[in-house]
Amino acid sequence: MKIHEYQGKEILRQFGVPTPRGLACFTVDEAVAAAQQLGGSVWVVKAQIHAGGRGKGGGVKVVRSPEEVKRTAQQILGMHLVTHQTGKDGQVVRRLLIEEGMQITQEFYLGMVVDRSSQRVVLLASSEGGMEIEEVAKHHPEKIHKLRIDPAAGLLATEAAQIAKKIGIPDAAITEAVMVLQGLYRTFVEKDAMLAEINPLVLTADNHVIALDAKFNFDSNALYRHPEIVAYRDLDEEDPAEIEASKFDLSYISLDGDIGCLVNGAGLAMATMDIIKLYGGSPANFLDVGGGATTEKVTEAFKLMLKNPNIKAILVNIFGGIMKCDVIAEGVVAAAREVSLSVPLVVRLEGTNVDLGKKILAESGLPIISGSDMADAAEKVVAAARSK
Amino acid sequence: MSILINKNTRVMTQGMTGKVGQFHTQNCIAYANGKNCFVAGVTPKKGGQNFEGVPIYNSVLEAKQQTGATVSVIYVPPPYAAAAIDEAVEADLDLVICITEGIPVHDMLRTRYKMAGKRTVLIGPNCPGLITPDEIKIGIMPGHIHRKGRIGVVSRSGTLTYEAVGQLTALGLGQSSCVGIGGDPINGLKHLDVMKLFNDDAETDAVIMVGEIGGSDEEECARWIKDNMKKPVVGFIAGITAPPGKRMGHAGAIISGGQGGADDKLAVMEECGIHITRNPAEMGRVMQKLLKG
Repeated sequence: MKIHEYQGKEILRQFGVPTPRGLACFTVDEAVAAAQQLGGSVWVVKAQIHAGGRGKGGGVKVVRSPEEVKRTAQQILGMHLVTHQTGKDGQVVRRLLIEEGMQITQEFYLGMVVDRSSQRVVLLASSEGGMEIEEVAKHHPEKIHKLRIDPAAGLLATEAAQIAKKIGIPDAAITEAVMVLQGLYRTFVEKDAMLAEINPLVLTADNHVIALDAKFNFDSNALYRHPEIVAYRDLDEEDPAEIEASKFDLSYISLDGDIGCLVNGAGLAMATMDIIKLYGGSPANFLDVGGGATTEKVTEAFKLMLKNPNIKAILVNIFGGIMKCDVIAEGVVAAAREVSLSVPLVVRLEGTNVDLGKKILAESGLPIISGSDMADAAEKVVAAARSK
Repeated sequence: MSILINKNTRVMTQGMTGKVGQFHTQNCIAYANGKNCFVAGVTPKKGGQNFEGVPIYNSVLEAKQQTGATVSVIYVPPPYAAAAIDEAVEADLDLVICITEGIPVHDMLRTRYKMAGKRTVLIGPNCPGLITPDEIKIGIMPGHIHRKGRIGVVSRSGTLTYEAVGQLTALGLGQSSCVGIGGDPINGLKHLDVMKLFNDDAETDAVIMVGEIGGSDEEECARWIKDNMKKPVVGFIAGITAPPGKRMGHAGAIISGGQGGADDKLAVMEECGIHITRNPAEMGRVMQKLLKG
């Protein structure tokens, strides 16, 4: 689960990581009031969306007067902010962060990830702050320093100091940098994060080390023990179809094609998308109904797919193991009736009670096209979508 | 022979008395030699009771001492599953298969850390389990689609493994063992570990390796295969059409930071001499052609 920058900074402050003073705002008036409350003569107006690359997209501006705060807030609030992570339509800006300006002398990158191959939390640090770390990794891999953290000992002060020196933090600021690094590690572990980035971490003219940005992605499997993170959820930042799906415990992701797919199991669902593509079609979604799909779940899955105006045909691909094919067939028939299906439906069933399942489909009187295997089903659904 | 498990394996079930544990225990007992293989259940505070004649013990250690079981399968709910693995490791079991889906990643990091230097082997979590056809099934896969034979199957996914197995069986190609290693980013055995076991198994002639987007386990396995594998390998990677940054159901199935894409994995696998297919409906047929040579 992702959160906003200002929320990430709230969390970081709880773990002793310094951030600029700032206030989150939802309206232009609030933005102006925030600047007045913060005082000073330079502020930064920052669009709050979950995607990265906001600066390049025009969502972050430095301003020098209350009038400019107002003008800039008017400009950014409500804009469709397009970045390399939002897709071409961009993301509507509904929240702003107004922060005090800083006198910055150097920018650094800090990241933390769960590394699969070493099975450790790994700290990434670089002197190349403010840039996309993927670009640094491509062109200057030697400028990225990595440290595998021992889970029993945690991030030691000596290790943190070494890393801080390597990326070029001056001696006068090492103590603060160690505090930031250790604070970030404690946040990462205690809040069950999967990914954290402070980009940039900055050094100010008076040698303070400050997190100018904060990006987090938390483990959705651990949210049950973090109601405080769940409270940060912003539904405006999520795909409505995916929100709807999560209510029914369906795993759904919107894609830009025109063939809906309903599959049991994540791997098979991906493979189904792949085979549709292989036969010249384009999948409209990823949809895993899981191991214990009921008639209700299948019906909701159909409703979800049919809300997509682009949809031209649907492929149901089920390999029944625990899930019996007859139960799925009954679900498909009930769903097709309830939603008065308007697009061609191809069904491929395999596994437990497959004959019974096929019989139920055949006797339903519904115009269901049967696929004998994955390839046959993919070919038929692509043809059906084309003729629509 | 087979890998990891056979008809002589003795298994305890952690979380046997829950709804999921009960259902799958019944199915595993009903499969092949299951009645003799599944000898114990573990549920704290329910020691002394039994389920379908299988005695229940309070702890893994007690179950091991009383029944001689050296393998455990875990259906414990996610918040307690990592601790269940820890207990099995502490009791020095040979093999632990964790079926549970949705364990927090940081729990698994701690558990894997504690496993360092211990002899217990972990499969999963978030996996379908493993099966040696006509001998023993430990997990949630449908037994009836399998057939005894000489092809090994290793996969990160559940139903996609069934798909591969179903294709093999339909073509008359049986399986030596089929191992689901699971869809989580922090897990036990990787493709590479299972591949080594198949390479050394006298009753496995060839292997189907099913991977998916995310991480670099398939690439590491492929590089090892290039220099060491004595048997032909057929490979498929799910997620060619998956967009970057989106988690495709499995916690481990995500393309991030430009890494873990299906095309890159397939390219490395092909370079290393694996017979890849981009068509998930062709896994069995590619294997059949290869064996006819």
